[in-house]
Amino acid sequence: MVQQIVFIILALVIALCSVLAVTSKRVIRAATYLLFVLLATSGLFLMLNYHFLFAVQVMVYAGGIMVLFIMAIFLTHQPGKRVATKSSWKVTSSALLAVAGLVLCGVIIVRNLSCAFRVVTEHEISMHTIGQALLGTEKYQFLLPFEAISLLLLACIIGAIMIARKDRGVKEIEKVENEETENSETWEKSL
Amino acid sequence: MNYKQPLELTGLIANLDAFFREHLSPFWASVVEGLLILLVIVALYAVLALILIYVERKITGFFQSRLGPNRVGKYGSIQSIADMIKILIKEIIHIKRADLFLYYVAPFFVIGSSLMAFGAIPFGKGLQAVDFKMGVLYLIAVSSIGVLGVLLAGWSSNNKYSMLGAMRSGAQTISYELSAAFSLMTVVVLAGTMQLSEIVEGQRYVWNIFNGHIPALIAFLIYLTSGHAETNRGPFDLPEAEGELTAGYHTEYSGIQFGFYYLAEYLNMFIVAAIATTVFLGGWMPIQVHGWDTFNQVMWYIPSYVWFFGKTALLIFLSLWVRWSFPRLRIDILLNLEWKVLLPINLFNIVMMVVIVLAGWTLTDLFPKLFGLA
Repeated sequence: MVQQIVFIILALVIALCSVLAVTSKRVIRAATYLLFVLLATSGLFLMLNYHFLFAVQVMVYAGGIMVLFIMAIFLTHQPGKRVATKSSWKVTSSALLAVAGLVLCGVIIVRNLSCAFRVVTEHEISMHTIGQALLGTEKYQFLLPFEAISLLLLACIIGAIMIARKDRGVKEIEKVENEETENSETWEKSL
Repeated sequence: MNYKQPLELTGLIANLDAFFREHLSPFWASVVEGLLILLVIVALYAVLALILIYVERKITGFFQSRLGPNRVGKYGSIQSIADMIKILIKEIIHIKRADLFLYYVAPFFVIGSSLMAFGAIPFGKGLQAVDFKMGVLYLIAVSSIGVLGVLLAGWSSNNKYSMLGAMRSGAQTISYELSAAFSLMTVVVLAGTMQLSEIVEGQRYVWNIFNGHIPALIAFLIYLTSGHAETNRGPFDLPEAEGELTAGYHTEYSGIQFGFYYLAEYLNMFIVAAIATTVFLGGWMPIQVHGWDTFNQVMWYIPSYVWFFGKTALLIFLSLWVRWSFPRLRIDILLNLEWKVLLPINLFNIVMMVVIVLAGWTLTDLFPKLFGLA
C-alpha cells in the first residue's frame, strides 16, 4: 500500500520531468528537470532495497554529473536564453526514434519480467558482498571489468587535461606558469 | 556486563511503539510512528539551529572582546527566538526578470540535503531514525546535493555577485567533498563496516582516532578541515565574502528563503561535527575502560545523548575557534590546498591505513588484553 503510493509518486515525477527535460526551451531548466528524474530514479532504487545503488546514483549523477552540467551551462554564452524550436522534420524523426526505443525496452522488460522478480531481494545487500563482488576474482566477481573501467576513466582525465591545454605550446605553458608564480610571489610580498 | 542506564530513552521508545502497535493496525501504526519521528527530527533541527546561532554569536563576541547579544532575556538568551520571529514575518521579495521557478526551488535543495543527512545521525542509544548498512556512504551522498541549491540560487538570482559566489561555491564544495569522503573511507577501512551503529559499537573501549593512531589522526584533521570548507564558513567563506560579493549566492534572498540557507549553514556545521564525533570519537558511547566496572557504571549514568552532544559541542567550538582565528583564503590558495596538499596526503593515508590494518598494527591488535579481546 505505502509502497504503491510512493511508487506512483516517483513514477509520475520521472515521467513528467523526463518530458519537461526534453521540451523545455531553456537549457538550465532542462538540466534541473533531468536532475529531478535522476533523484526520483534513486528513490526507485531505495524502494527495491538496493541501497548501494541509491547512494551511488545520488552521489555520482545528482551530486557529481549534474553539478558539472550546471557549471558547464553557466560557462556558456546565455544560459537562460530560450532556444528556438528545431524544424518539424527533426522533431518527428526524433519522436519516432524515441517510440522505437520505448518499444524495444518494453519488449525486453516484458520478456524478462520473471527473471527480474528473482533478482529483486527482500533484504538489504551487505556492503561486504558488494565489495567482494567488485574486487574478487572468482565466479560472479568482477575485478577485471572494474579495473578496465578505472583505466578508461584515467585515460579520460588525462585526455581532458590535454584538450584543455591544446592551444599552448610547452614553452608558452612554462612562460605562463612562471608569470603566475611571479604574480603570487609579488602578491604575497605585498601582503 | 550490563550496566544500569537510568536516563536512556530506549525504554520510552519501546513503550510508545508497543502502545501504537496495540491500538492501531500495523499500517497506521507505522504511519503514525513515521510522522512522529519526522516531527521530532524537524523540531530538533530547528531547535538546534536556534541554540547554535545564539552560541555562535556569544562565542564570537568573546573572541572579538565584546559582549555579544545581551538585551533580549537574561544574557541575551532568547535573542535567536526573537530573530526567528522576525525572519518568519519578513516579506519575501520577488525579483523581476529572474527564473522564478529555480529561484524558489533552490533553497529546498540546500535544506533537504542537510535534513536528510541529519536524519541518519545516531544521537544516542536507540536514537537513530534509519540505520543503513552503507551509512557513511549515504551521508556522503546526500550531502553532495546541497551544492546544487547554491549553484541554482546563484544563477536564478540574476545578479553578478550571486553568480560569482555560486561558481566559487561549486568549485570549493566539489573539491573538498573529495577529501571529506576519502578521510571517512580511511576510517571505514579501520572499522571494517559502513554501518554507523556498528562503527559506534566497535569503539566501545577505544575510539577510532586512537585505534588507528597516525593515519586516523591525519584523517581526522583532514575531515575537520574539508568539512569546515564544505560548510562555506570562514576562513573558507569565499562564496559569501561580504567584502567583495555582498553576500554571494544568497544576496537576493529575503525572509524565510534566506532563513533556509541560514538554518542549513548552521546545521551543516553541526552535521560535520556530529559525523566526526560518530566516526572518530566514539559517537554516543560513554568512555569505558575494560575491567573497571565501577568506573564504567558511573560513566553509563550519564546518558548517551549527553555524551554525543558534549563531544559534538567540543568540535563545534573548535570550528568557531578556527573561524575567528584565520583570515579568509584567496580562491587559488584554497583550491591549491585541496588538490595539491590534502588530496595527495589523503591517498597516501588510505594506503598507510590499509597497511596498518593488514599488518595488525592497530591498538586493538597490538594490545588485545587491554580491550578484552584476548
